[in-house]
Amino acid sequence: MEALLEDFSPGLFIISTILLLILIALMVKFAWKPILNSLEERESGIQDALAAAENARKEMQNLQADNERLVKEARAERDVMMKDARDIRDKMIADAKEDAKEVTTKLIENAQASIQQEKQAALAELKKNVAELSIGIAESVIKRELSSKKEQLKLVEETLKDVTLN
Amino acid sequence: MKIAQKTIKFLAIIAVSFFTISGFASSTDKKQDNQNDGGRVNTKEEVKEYIQHHLKDSHDFNLWSYTNDAGERVHVSFPLPVILWSSKGLITFMSSEFHHNDDGHVIVEKNGLKFAKIHSKIYELDNGATTVSFDETHHATNGHKVIDLSITKSVFGILMIGLLMLFWFSGLAKQYKTRKVPIGFGRILEPLVLYVRDEIARPNIGDKHYRRFTGYLLTVFFFIWVLNLFGLTPLGFNVTGQIAVTACLAIFTLFVYTFSANKDYWGHVLWMPGIPVFVKPILAIIEIAGHFLIKPFSLLVRLFANITAGHVVLMSLIAIMFTLKKELGVVGATGLSFALSFLIILIEVLVAFLQAYIFTMLSALFIGMAVEEHEHH
Amino acid sequence: MYNLIGAGLVVIGGGIGLGQIGGKAVEGIARQPEASGKIQTAMIIVAALLEGLAFGALILGQG
Repeated sequence: MEALLEDFSPGLFIISTILLLILIALMVKFAWKPILNSLEERESGIQDALAAAENARKEMQNLQADNERLVKEARAERDVMMKDARDIRDKMIADAKEDAKEVTTKLIENAQASIQQEKQAALAELKKNVAELSIGIAESVIKRELSSKKEQLKLVEETLKDVTLN
Repeated sequence: MKIAQKTIKFLAIIAVSFFTISGFASSTDKKQDNQNDGGRVNTKEEVKEYIQHHLKDSHDFNLWSYTNDAGERVHVSFPLPVILWSSKGLITFMSSEFHHNDDGHVIVEKNGLKFAKIHSKIYELDNGATTVSFDETHHATNGHKVIDLSITKSVFGILMIGLLMLFWFSGLAKQYKTRKVPIGFGRILEPLVLYVRDEIARPNIGDKHYRRFTGYLLTVFFFIWVLNLFGLTPLGFNVTGQIAVTACLAIFTLFVYTFSANKDYWGHVLWMPGIPVFVKPILAIIEIAGHFLIKPFSLLVRLFANITAGHVVLMSLIAIMFTLKKELGVVGATGLSFALSFLIILIEVLVAFLQAYIFTMLSALFIGMAVEEHEHH
Repeated sequence: MYNLIGAGLVVIGGGIGLGQIGGKAVEGIARQPEASGKIQTAMIIVAALLEGLAFGALILGQG
């Protein structure tokens, strides 16, 4: 202990105190402050960059999910539209078929009706013609006073030749 | 292949540094200041005295000494200024005026006062005395010590290291202005700074307060570490082995943790909660002693003793080549000395770092204890 | 002479203490290798405190 105290040099103590004070002040001002500040800046920069990258990654994921969702939706919509279109087409075809059928039936019915009518009219005319013819024949027969039977038949044939059965 | 090259390079560097150290030591070992002119060191007593001398601060920067052809001792050194606060005020002269004398035989007269240097301490002689007289324990009887503000070898070392640190770290700071990641030597310094901040300051002081103290801790860490390492070079510094310097560092830490301590801490020191009342005063005394004496004392003594012990062991091992010359022959003694001092210097490099780390770590721990915010029970 | 004996005693005590610290730390690391960093730090701190104690005793003894 005594040897230690003997070794202790007050002058060196004073000088080293002063020098250390100056050194600490200078180091803090010119070295540690800028170094630590820029280190912290760099670290927070790295942190920010990492966080930004993470955010971007998340956003990207979201975007992708969105895209997928959109595609799915579009596909579903398309499917729906296609189905609708098919339905409409089928319906239209069916409708058209029905219409056509109706129209044809109607046409056929009309035709049949008119045929019937024509037939009736023709029959009626025929009846009339036949009646007139019969009357004519009877007239001529009566007019001629036919003696022979032969003559009578000849006359009927002649008359019938003139008649056209319209 | 690359690793092999690196290893070879590393070994080469180690070998070169080792030879420079040993070679240097062998030349300085011949220097002897216990005679008037400083003779050779050959005997065990001379080695012991030489080591004792080395451990002390010195007033001139001795590089090496040799005996020239005419048989005279030549000291290759440069003098450092001596600044004294004597009974007649400030006195300055160059240390070369003592002519390397260290036992009080050369008297320097300035301003009518006479000064003598005895074992690296400068004494002012009493009025009327012309020579130093010694008692039987070799203490000067007719002189007293003066306050020695000289630029001694240690002060020179501190100045050098301080400038070096400023140069290195302000350079690193400047690099950050232009780039995010430093290049060159800054690449070595940056992880060290980060290490001190993240491994020493932050975990021990806490996230909330560590910023205020990081500057101090960084300065102290690099100051001690670089000085420890320079102490292992042939320059022969022994700055961190000067008790005045370690005391100065310890007192800095004491001031830092005393002035940053919060009310909680003082409450715990003076009136420890949660224990019987009659124990509280006793504990308060112990805590105060711990705060003002034990903590700084352990800091200063640990650093001082470790570095001193390292220097003594290293120099003693180097001295083997003189002390065991008769028993082992020149080659044997030199080889043994080289091998042992090589091993020890590796350990000393580790110790140099470890002591800086422990000093900074304990400082951070003490500061952390002082600023810690206790939860109120 | 006596202070040399004292120094020897201090070294014995400090050696035992350091051995305990180091041994237990290694045991702890072997048991929990992931906590090795923390264990090392604690070990170095305790070893430093012990060292301070031992050096204090040595220096007081060298009187």
